[in-house]
Amino acid sequence: MAVKNIMIVGVGGQGTLLTSRILGGLTIAGGYDVKLSEVHGMAQRGGSVVTFVRYGDKVAEPIVEEGQADVIIAFERLEALRYAHFLKKDGVLIVNDWRIDPMPVVIGNAEYPEHILENLEKEYKVYRVDATEESRKLGNPKVFNLIVLGVAAQHMDFTKEQWYEVIEKTVPPKTIEINKKAFDVGYGMK
Amino acid sequence: MGKKVIMLGNEAIARGAYEAGVKVSSAYPGTPSTEISEYLVQYKDDVYEEWAPNEKVAAEVAVGASIAGVRAMACMKHVGLNVASDPLYSVSYMGVNGGLVLVVADDPGLYSSQNEQDTRMVARAAQIPVIEPSDSAEAKDFFKTAFELSEKFDRPFIFRTTTRLAHSQGLVELQEREEPEDKPYEKNIQKNVMMPGNAKIRHIEIEKRNLELAEAANTLPINRVEMNDTKIGVITSGIPYQYVKEAMPEASVLKLGMVNPLPRKLIEDFASKVDTLYIVEELDPVIEEQVKSWGIKAIGKEILTVQGEYSANMLRKAILKQDLDIKKPAEAPGRPPILCPGCPHRSVFYVLNRLKMHAAGDIGCYTLGAVAPLSVIDTTMCMGSSISTLHGMEKAKGKDYIKNWVAVIGDSTFLHTGVNSLMNMVYNHATGTVIILDNSTTAMTGHQDHAATGKTLQGDPAYAISIPGICRAMGVKNVHEINAFDLPLLEKTIREETAKDEVSVIITKTPCVLLDKRKKPLYAAHADKCKKCGMCMKPGCPAMTKNADGTIHIDDTMCTGCGLCKDLCKFDAIELVKEGE
Ligand SMILES: Cc1ncc(C[n+]2csc(CCOP(=O)(O)OP(=O)(O)O)c2C)c(N)n1
Ligand code: SF4
Ligand code: SF4
Repeated sequence: MAVKNIMIVGVGGQGTLLTSRILGGLTIAGGYDVKLSEVHGMAQRGGSVVTFVRYGDKVAEPIVEEGQADVIIAFERLEALRYAHFLKKDGVLIVNDWRIDPMPVVIGNAEYPEHILENLEKEYKVYRVDATEESRKLGNPKVFNLIVLGVAAQHMDFTKEQWYEVIEKTVPPKTIEINKKAFDVGYGMK
Repeated sequence: MGKKVIMLGNEAIARGAYEAGVKVSSAYPGTPSTEISEYLVQYKDDVYEEWAPNEKVAAEVAVGASIAGVRAMACMKHVGLNVASDPLYSVSYMGVNGGLVLVVADDPGLYSSQNEQDTRMVARAAQIPVIEPSDSAEAKDFFKTAFELSEKFDRPFIFRTTTRLAHSQGLVELQEREEPEDKPYEKNIQKNVMMPGNAKIRHIEIEKRNLELAEAANTLPINRVEMNDTKIGVITSGIPYQYVKEAMPEASVLKLGMVNPLPRKLIEDFASKVDTLYIVEELDPVIEEQVKSWGIKAIGKEILTVQGEYSANMLRKAILKQDLDIKKPAEAPGRPPILCPGCPHRSVFYVLNRLKMHAAGDIGCYTLGAVAPLSVIDTTMCMGSSISTLHGMEKAKGKDYIKNWVAVIGDSTFLHTGVNSLMNMVYNHATGTVIILDNSTTAMTGHQDHAATGKTLQGDPAYAISIPGICRAMGVKNVHEINAFDLPLLEKTIREETAKDEVSVIITKTPCVLLDKRKKPLYAAHADKCKKCGMCMKPGCPAMTKNADGTIHIDDTMCTGCGLCKDLCKFDAIELVKEGE
């Protein structure tokens, strides 16, 4: 299989590392060669973070470059905007419809762009997910990322059972059920 | 075939250490090397390991273990090697008994560092051989090779990684642990006591060993030729090898697993077989300058940068001259890192800002006190430097000049190298005020324990060194411990202590908000009571935003209930809505 390129983008502290663990476990269960690249350190303190996941028959570089991503999973709107140009022509962008103001906006040195999703929709195939709101309904706003993953799963090459298995192995034992429920919510969205 | 698993580069190095039969590892955290030690904990029945207070100590512990006759290692980031460079240059002369490897992680692209130095340059200066892997599989396997070569050639080795290697995951095939027999310790002062007479002889000896190693490098399997189309030949190593394979799979490649010393014959032979030779290495032209000095024609930094990370697209453009149709990134406001909601450092910086203080800063999460809206920190250079920088300013311009200055330093950084600087202040009649931001952890690198937290790397109980005790023992008379969120007391103490003509230490003792996993309290803002004065926003908590009408919104997924905003609101518009655990 030709190499598939996935990116997860968000704000440090939003759980991009957990998501990348899940994707890593998944691709190896699928029998592919795989490389992932993640961000630790300073940016994890509320900075802009990006994880690259590449899988296929043979993977060389561990990063995804501009114009190459098949799927971008964005946990926040401004981060979707920042990385959208990494998408391939027919790539899909899955966005948690959520806003976190960066410090330059909070202190009035910059403006949070308006109509981000509407503008992105003009150029790309965009799926909006109200994941933070949906996860509140489940009683734990932290599991929003599994809802987003559930939507992304529809555009990737793995069965629901494979996803379940990896979620069970990766998330803290006490949170397996709620994380699977969250995944289901996303998987059920069209 | 062993089982295949997916591993972070750093995890693979830890596995390599286990498989190589390493018995002792000492480290000081530093992105991107930290996780090696954290992953190594799972092998604690076979490998002793510890957090040392700094890299010099860690390296010396590893040297001691090697002298005693076991395989030993130390881990650090590139700037950590500067701290460990004193032992480095001399252990180079001494050589090893048990294999000795220092893992040193460079940070091209400056993801989490204060400079972009190239460890290969330091290694060349200290005449230390360097091995560099290009993915997780090699990280594990080459690590074992490093120990074999270290023992065979009696050389300590550096195992060089970069952020991209350390923080990328790839497939690794697991093998069993080797159990090399402990070597006997034999007293040998010619080899192990570096006084001038002995060092002179050792210097000759190591020159000889290095030449032997350079000769052997020509046939080492980790230096590998991949002959293909000969129009383009590339010499490369580490992660850039992957970019070369991605961008030009048809090119011929000489992939170096050992980057110091270089295999001259192999390189000359490869160069003679290709039409145009390129050298692709991130950061400094270390391979390039040597190759060119042998009269070999090659292209490198003429078309490639000495800054940051490379990529396949960069090589497509620079070497293949491809015109890539790449979209421009959208205009988007930046998102720099910030102190967490509820971070105890924010409260201290807020007070310093209100008092219009300047701070000589240091390295840690609190370096973020340099940026708006806190904007308190004026200088940051290297670990431990805040205290000595303030002292230098006082000696330059007199004690009155620094009445509106303090030094700020974290607990881990204070123990790392701040202690010496404080000693210097006491000894040399200083009058400055030092604030130790004691959040009970090494937060910036991901929350590691240290000598004052009362826990070892394995999480076992240990004696907790007293930071106020150290200060008092050194002769500081004014030592105060204060809760970081006690604004009135903090303000009063800072005013009083900076006014004194004596050294003062104020320890703000409040744990990092991420350490305590219990449910946190939650605050909410009431629009009807809010007078839109903006006072509560001054410290710049990221959980707070201004609504269109000027009232305040607190994000309930982010607020950690520190109460700082509530304390600043004069109109009781911010209220506790949920108790914590
Ligand atoms: C010589 C050196 N070693 C390691 C590092 C990596 N590093 C950056 S900050 C830091 C320690 C931060 O801990 P602390 O001083 O307690 O501050 P905190 O982050 O907890 O606020 C470390 C180890 C470095 N920059 N320089
Ligand atoms: S990790 Fe801890 S010390 Fe660092 S910014 Fe967050 S709360 Fe502050
Ligand atoms: S209480 Fe206020 S200052 Fe503290 S974390 Fe919550 S919103 Fe931020």
